[in-house]
Amino acid sequence: MPGKLKVKIVAGRHLPVMDRASDLTDAFVEVKFGNTTFKTDVCLKSLNPQWNSEWFKFEVDDEDLQDEPLQITVLDHDTYSANDAIGKVYIDIDPLLYSEAATVISGWFPIYDTIHGIRGEINVVVKVDLFNDLNRFRQSSCGVKFFCTTSIPKCYRAVIIHGFVEELVVNEDPEYQWIDRIRTPRASNEARQRLISLMSGELQRKIGLKVLEMRGNAVVGYLQCFDLEGESGLVVRAIGTACTLDKLSSPAAFLPACNSPSKEMKEIPFNEDPNPNTHSSGPSTPLKNQTYSFSPSKSYSRQSSSSDTDLSLTPKTGMGSGSAGKEGGPFKALLRQQTQSALEQREFPFFTLTAFPPGFLVHVGGVVSARSVKLLDRIHNPDEPETRDAWWAEIRQEIKSHAKALGCHAVVGYSESTSICEEVCILSASGTAAVLNPRFLQDGTVEGCLEQRLEENLPAGCGFCHIPYDELNMPFPAHLTHCYNCRKQKVPDVLFTTIDLPVDATVIGKGCLIQARLCRLKKKAQAEANATAISNLLPFMEYEVHTQLMNKLKLKGMNALFGLRIQISVGENMLMGLASATGVYLAALPTPGGIQIAGKTPNDGSYEQHISHMQKKINDTIAKNKELYEINPPEMSEEIIGSPIPEPRQRSRLLRSQSESSDEVAELDLSHGKKDAFVLEIDDTDAMEDVHSLLTDVPPPSGFYSCNTEIMPGINNWTSEIQMFTSVRVIRLSSLNLTNQALNKNFNDLCENLLKSLYFKLRSMIPCCLCHVNFTVSLPEDELIQVTVTAVAITFDKNQALQTAKTHAEKSLQRASTDNEELLQFPLELCSDSLPSHPFPPAKGWSKHLESASSNSGIPAAQRAVTVEKASPVGEGNFRNRSSPPCANSTVGVVKMTPLSFIPGAKITKYLGIINMFFIRETTSLREEGGVSGFLHAFIAEVFAMVRAHVAALGGNAVVSYIMKQCVFMENPNKNQAQCLINVSGDAVVFVRESELEVVSTQQPTANCQPACAGGEVTT
Amino acid sequence: MTSELDIFVGNTTLIDEDVYRLWLDGYSVSDAVALRVRSGILEQTGATAAVLQSDTMDHYRTFHMLERLLHAPPKLLHQLIFQIPPSRQALLIERYYAFDEAFVREVLGKKLSKGTKKDLDDISTKTGITLKSCRRQFDNFKRVFKVVEEMRGSLVDNIQQHFLLSDRLARDYAAIVFFANNRFETGKKKLQYLSFGDFAFCAELMIQNWTLGAVGEAPTDPDSQVDDMDMDLDKEFLQDLKELKVLVADKDLLDLHKSLVCTALRGKLGVFSEMEANFKNLSRGLVNVAAKLTHTKDVRDLFVDLVEKFIEPCRSDHWPLNDVRLFLNQYSASVHSLDGFRFACSGCIT
Repeated sequence: MPGKLKVKIVAGRHLPVMDRASDLTDAFVEVKFGNTTFKTDVCLKSLNPQWNSEWFKFEVDDEDLQDEPLQITVLDHDTYSANDAIGKVYIDIDPLLYSEAATVISGWFPIYDTIHGIRGEINVVVKVDLFNDLNRFRQSSCGVKFFCTTSIPKCYRAVIIHGFVEELVVNEDPEYQWIDRIRTPRASNEARQRLISLMSGELQRKIGLKVLEMRGNAVVGYLQCFDLEGESGLVVRAIGTACTLDKLSSPAAFLPACNSPSKEMKEIPFNEDPNPNTHSSGPSTPLKNQTYSFSPSKSYSRQSSSSDTDLSLTPKTGMGSGSAGKEGGPFKALLRQQTQSALEQREFPFFTLTAFPPGFLVHVGGVVSARSVKLLDRIHNPDEPETRDAWWAEIRQEIKSHAKALGCHAVVGYSESTSICEEVCILSASGTAAVLNPRFLQDGTVEGCLEQRLEENLPAGCGFCHIPYDELNMPFPAHLTHCYNCRKQKVPDVLFTTIDLPVDATVIGKGCLIQARLCRLKKKAQAEANATAISNLLPFMEYEVHTQLMNKLKLKGMNALFGLRIQISVGENMLMGLASATGVYLAALPTPGGIQIAGKTPNDGSYEQHISHMQKKINDTIAKNKELYEINPPEMSEEIIGSPIPEPRQRSRLLRSQSESSDEVAELDLSHGKKDAFVLEIDDTDAMEDVHSLLTDVPPPSGFYSCNTEIMPGINNWTSEIQMFTSVRVIRLSSLNLTNQALNKNFNDLCENLLKSLYFKLRSMIPCCLCHVNFTVSLPEDELIQVTVTAVAITFDKNQALQTAKTHAEKSLQRASTDNEELLQFPLELCSDSLPSHPFPPAKGWSKHLESASSNSGIPAAQRAVTVEKASPVGEGNFRNRSSPPCANSTVGVVKMTPLSFIPGAKITKYLGIINMFFIRETTSLREEGGVSGFLHAFIAEVFAMVRAHVAALGGNAVVSYIMKQCVFMENPNKNQAQCLINVSGDAVVFVRESELEVVSTQQPTANCQPACAGGEVTT
Repeated sequence: MTSELDIFVGNTTLIDEDVYRLWLDGYSVSDAVALRVRSGILEQTGATAAVLQSDTMDHYRTFHMLERLLHAPPKLLHQLIFQIPPSRQALLIERYYAFDEAFVREVLGKKLSKGTKKDLDDISTKTGITLKSCRRQFDNFKRVFKVVEEMRGSLVDNIQQHFLLSDRLARDYAAIVFFANNRFETGKKKLQYLSFGDFAFCAELMIQNWTLGAVGEAPTDPDSQVDDMDMDLDKEFLQDLKELKVLVADKDLLDLHKSLVCTALRGKLGVFSEMEANFKNLSRGLVNVAAKLTHTKDVRDLFVDLVEKFIEPCRSDHWPLNDVRLFLNQYSASVHSLDGFRFACSGCIT
């Protein structure tokens, strides 16, 4: 089942000078695919060569098409010695293999060299002719679409969500092969890049096969990671959610759905439910195979809940347990039965999605997580990566059982990660236990009346908060109350989840980024002893991270966390924990109690004074935060709320809830009634430190908000200016007197300073929100801590935001889509008018350029690309004479990048395929390149450039769900050397500005000629 | 705890105009931070000095990386590494090529060579402009000079095309290049009162009227293959200027010329009597300057001579500016009616 790959090398520009004597270059190009290589002619003495080659044709298997990257090497011809390589371009041709994506790849690609970075650009055109009908390609998996986006992509509809797919492949790392001793760093880096490219192609193909087996046609929430295990090898693994997607064909119907996911989802009658805070994660400590059984972890999980019906799935209680009562009961039981059966067929009922089609998520149980420490050993047979598979299977099993314990049959917002140091590896998995609606899980049989009923039954905006487990048989002690929204079902007092905030959740005020940061020293040790030491530390770290999160949440006066991500990294002599989440106040959950400090030695007068001083500070902070985040829940009288369900409660030593003692709490003006307050007992200096650190977190400057979820709760008036960025910091700890406290302080300062810097840098965008703030921490060396942040800053309109928020709240129960349209489009129009982003006249050219590019999207990408390409060589050779205003003729199209799944103020009209790129950069002249900062700064800028170039070549104008999965930086300043590996991915898309859509749709007759004109401009 | 590495990379490259200016002005990072602190930015934003330091370093690094591209502005437009909105690109280029009046006066008309570059230290001390900034400005002049030196067509257009400068700035560069090429002396004490703008004005007129490009039929068809360089003075034209000597050598012609001018200007000039009295001297001065231009040495001294022979006498008689203009216009217009002279003298405006 062959396909024919056709490649044409058009031209080069800005090539480096390779011949010092003439200050010129004799460049030619090698085009390689699989084992076939073609060469262009040598273009003598030019830094802007025009090759205009013939079409090089490769006849290949579709399996190869999926696995192999197209490799383009630019060389300098040398008559007497070996030709010098200028650089390479790897092109993943996968997007050409499915029909709806790109049809041609055409454009300027940066020529990349692992030692010198980008050295000029090359213009390439790539096409694929598949000889057979797509259906016949099932042996390979051509045609399966991949999306990094962790929600159903915007122009598709989910018919069925099949479930979890995973795969991993292993290989020897070329860097550690014997041959590496004799080859150049460049050859070694290239071998690695090529291998990883091959491996990810293979992985994607294998996952595709699994999807086809499940009768799906797409993978959503595809997450691929590399584990550089050093000596023991290289692992590439991926997880995703198999789906059957339907393309939404009529663009008109789609129009109103516009820009943000929130909008789209709002139209839907019913939303998803994210879930509660249960943190039943067990840090699993098994060294080898011992499974999780850690009690401390359980003791801190909190939860609550309450539905009258039972959704508990625990095998013991069975379905019967709670169903006693209300009308919902039998139905739900039925529902569950179906779901259960649907899910039971699956080995792992996991979903990597974090946002869901309306109605998909029924209840949320809480966060489940598992960790395991493993010793790496050499992978003997790359074709049978059984050990790694077994490790992950073990962890997934554990997650599954945790979810079960929470009365949930599924895990959503699922992700996996590793941290490796020498031969020790921590595997982590986490997700959110949930109960799902079976409607999407199997073929349409269940739809119809069931669905109807379900919708009637679930109260709006709070359904997901209701506990899925049996209140009489709770998996852990928790404090339940009646839902503050519907007053019928039980809810926990705090909810922790790994998913995005469901769009119709009723939230009061705004959210904020909450982080817990923690360092623990560890003795240096070898192998087994090291692993044991780490295993022993893990549960304590998890516990403390959780405590910190809880305290900070209370301090903010909020009651739920979304997008929780806990990362534990291992280094030679320490462990670091970093948890990030977005705190919000869910209207359905009870008002959080305050934090109360209790001294240990109440007799000491001055001590008491100190304590009360602290207490006051804390209370002030809570009050201030409530004001800052606009948290003003409506007052409710006790009777309505109902009394908390009495139950035995045990708390861990630090946190004690004391709901019984209403008198004691009375003095806290913030906690009313029987609400319980947290008591922080200050029994030693450690605890004191903790309290201090609570108070040192400073809120962002006014005009700034931050969150790590897709959108900020309480803000829905995004304007179209976005700025994605990556920031990296490495600090060196002074090796003297390293204590846990000092470490914690250093780490805390590092993160806080980093945030402060971001706020300062982006101050011109105020009012704005940092969304999808993604911190990763690693310990590259003994005394080094590296923190990498990727996020996007989005501006919003302050005044309108307030208004809409209000209206939104008022109307939140009415779901007519027309309302939403009004509500959302109106402000958008305004914003685009007042958009301040391009004040200068030339800017107009730019935005026009952008607009026109997008308005072109109706034209097949191929055609467009070709016209652009035709035009550019002209612009190249000698510049157009007397070009008008010099800046209007930029030929570089703008490509937006964002970690979000949407682009504010715009509509995604087409997904062009996945971008998954891996780069290595090395230098032996670190000082000359501006030191480590200069080196990494340039490299990251180059990575961005290469991503943009690939997207542009596919005919796209944005990357959504962009993520930098890895940024491994190593330096050796003494040798003047440094090396960095970066892995990024995302979805290439075409988007159209909403304002443009409106224009086109409203002025249909007059607008006719517009696209044409605009198109003309692009190509000039 | 020391920061080993600290970077920020945006998909759209952030450009802080204030920091850019500090960088262009040649301040070191620490000086720039100090200056920013003094500007009160900390109070406005609530940031700390450490944040400012990190921000400044970051911008400096970005500018340093951009500098290579700024040396060939079209590269900046076509490069893929930094995504910068066109308006910002224009700003970057324009500011990078902007120069200080004080600096340009020092080097105007000098040979843009290594020798001059060595003198930048002194210029820096004299003008108070940092050496770094002086070097940038000098290198800019030199770079533009090198690129357009051998090119055909309009000087301003060439500069605009290859450096994407605004019209105004491109004209200024044309003047700088023109002066450097012809090595006009501008540094003499007598000339100190003249601003760069004055010289640029002269340069423009000279380019328009005195160069090969101006003399050929080029204006109607700028793209033609005619060898129309704007840089060099037209030798034939200079040769022709010699013929002007007749204006002062031939007594009749001189008188006729004088009477024509006087008739035309009678009553219009505040300093008519002085003019009338001095006409011979002035005319002789002008014509002598013009006639000497065939010698390179005298070309270089053009401005010195003009000031000595014409402007200073006028000034000593307190001619108002407008009168000078009227006189010169009439002076050249009358010549036309005298004979078939094709002559356009530039007005040196005080």
